[in-house]
Amino acid sequence: MTDMIEARAAELADQPLRLASPQTGFVSGTLQSVRDIVAHRELLRLLVARELKARYKDSSLGFIWSLIRPLVMLLIYYIALGKFLGAARGIPSFAIFIYAGLTAWTLHSEIVALGTASIVGNSGLIKKVYLPREVFPLSVVGSSLFNFGMQFVILMAATIVAHKIPTGSRWLFFPLSLAVLVVWALAIALLLSAVNVYLRDVGYLVEIALQVFFWASPIVYAWKYVLNEVGGTIYETLYLANPMTLVTMGFQKTFWVRGDGQPYPDRLGLRLGIVLMIGLVLLWLCQRVFARLQANFAQEL
Amino acid sequence: MTRPTAIQISDVSKRFVIRKEKSLKERVVNFGRSNLHKEDFWALRDVSIDIESGTTVGLIGPNGSGKSTLLKMIGGIVQPTTGSVRLRGRLAALLELGAGFHPDLTGRENVYLNASILGLTRAEIARHFDAIVDFSGIERFIDTQVKFYSSGMYVRLAFAVAIHVDPDILLVDEVLAVGDEPFQRKCLERIRGFQHEGRTIVMVTHSLDQVAEFCDRAVVLEAGRVAADGLPRDALKILRADFEATRQEEITKSQLSEGAARPLAQITGVALRSDDGETGRPTLAVGSGLTVAMQVDATTRLTDWILGVGLTTPMGTTLYQTNTKLMGVPPAPLLGTGRYEFHLADLPLGEGDYAVQASIQLLDGTDVHLVPEAAVFSVRGDGSSLGPLSVPITFAMV
Repeated sequence: MTDMIEARAAELADQPLRLASPQTGFVSGTLQSVRDIVAHRELLRLLVARELKARYKDSSLGFIWSLIRPLVMLLIYYIALGKFLGAARGIPSFAIFIYAGLTAWTLHSEIVALGTASIVGNSGLIKKVYLPREVFPLSVVGSSLFNFGMQFVILMAATIVAHKIPTGSRWLFFPLSLAVLVVWALAIALLLSAVNVYLRDVGYLVEIALQVFFWASPIVYAWKYVLNEVGGTIYETLYLANPMTLVTMGFQKTFWVRGDGQPYPDRLGLRLGIVLMIGLVLLWLCQRVFARLQANFAQEL
Repeated sequence: MTRPTAIQISDVSKRFVIRKEKSLKERVVNFGRSNLHKEDFWALRDVSIDIESGTTVGLIGPNGSGKSTLLKMIGGIVQPTTGSVRLRGRLAALLELGAGFHPDLTGRENVYLNASILGLTRAEIARHFDAIVDFSGIERFIDTQVKFYSSGMYVRLAFAVAIHVDPDILLVDEVLAVGDEPFQRKCLERIRGFQHEGRTIVMVTHSLDQVAEFCDRAVVLEAGRVAADGLPRDALKILRADFEATRQEEITKSQLSEGAARPLAQITGVALRSDDGETGRPTLAVGSGLTVAMQVDATTRLTDWILGVGLTTPMGTTLYQTNTKLMGVPPAPLLGTGRYEFHLADLPLGEGDYAVQASIQLLDGTDVHLVPEAAVFSVRGDGSSLGPLSVPITFAMV
């Protein structure tokens, strides 16, 4: 028994003393944070599974609920906007057009809204155990991507039914748009989830902001209507500066085969690429702010 | 061989800012005057402790003394305002059992999740899974959602997960008092096992007996400062004296506030005398008797009162206690000074040091005065036995 004690002591003696909690500089801590998260990928996977399993655990329809909501939204927009307001007349395959945008938007709003609430929602854990706290917003991304996958299947099924299956180089827009979407949504979720700990108002603010940005992206109306109104003015530039506008159009470019003759902004791919680069820098900045703010999570919650 | 330092706490202070506003509106309204709505509270002040690997340290102290904050700081959950906490080796914290349990998941799913939160890899969990379920003793319910568990089952499963983590440093916060008695014994056994395996354990507890039983070292925190640090025996003495002072203060305060409704009386002296006539701090032979003389001063008339006497170990465990009510000899009402004597004949005590406790109570149960360690004495034996009890014993082959 003493041997065991000595062996453990000897083993420990070889290790350097490390700080109990990461306390690193704004820039130099990046690698440390990334390493910490990678070391907890196992946990991340389990948290995603927990979120998915727990969400519809006691409902008999289960996951189908996560499909019903966007489908109902689709129906509402199709009837109210498409038929009553007549938007469908100028837009071919109106249903697929809307659903492509809605699929992107649902993923975005889910990551931002649930991600913002994720730190406060897991306060029980955060106060009791040390974990890299980034895993909570990240697990939201994981579970949202899973839901997105299911909607993606429906979207593909719809294109097959409409005999307009997207093929070839148009698929390049999909991964690019998806990358922009996830990077931006995660950056926002990281920042807001940390701020939400200190200022609970953020949760309500996010709800409203998401409403505004939903209508500020060409999801239920086409880009050409915006172009007709503000084309060539500063407002057009502003409108196109919204990353979700570009993401939505990237999705439409991929899945909305009948919309090929419709106007798109020039060099959509390049624009998406630039926004992705900006998003990556933003993601890094947000993570650093998150790392700063997380030091006091346990006492503020 | 000198053991390496497992935990190094150097000059750690922790300041909490107590804000009285939380919403955006309040902050905007109070902008610029926000310092008026802040209050500093130092939970810890200049705490320095070095803990060698393989030792078990008890953090004790009254409520709000900063014990849990210090433990959380070692666990990396809270960061110190100044100073630093450094560690060696893998750390696991049993701060709250089942903190990571999700009520909607089954026991099995929660075992995986919770073990992962505590730092086990998937392969390790799979390897320990049967042992965990076995230890918890709830095999039948492992595939039931944990929201249907009784609180006992919940805690048992959580504890079972926690002790199968293989840490070098284990932090324990008040979690040993869970489950029924057999389960508790199992847990304590496991903690002993951890000690034998050379793990470093830091525990926060209010059960001073546990500290006396398990710890190699005890640190007493008081209002965020280290009040004592050393052998559990010495630390406990300081803490108990402290608790007693607080209690006495409260008694005096309530006596003052209630005015004449309660009598004011005090034990002003306790003296011991052995049967051989030795006084002061007598040394007794095994099986001899002891006389305890007490002097009581009553400034108001004391009626319906009880005088008590007790024997304790230096750790404060009560070995014997009686009073005039139990003995059926009510003392006469007292005003002024009274002298009383208890004679404890043929004390069957083993070798060691003992303390005498003296108390005044009223028949309705209110404490008037209590002196936990009024006097001390020793018993000298022939070294043939251990423990506070002396028993005439023989051995033979039959």
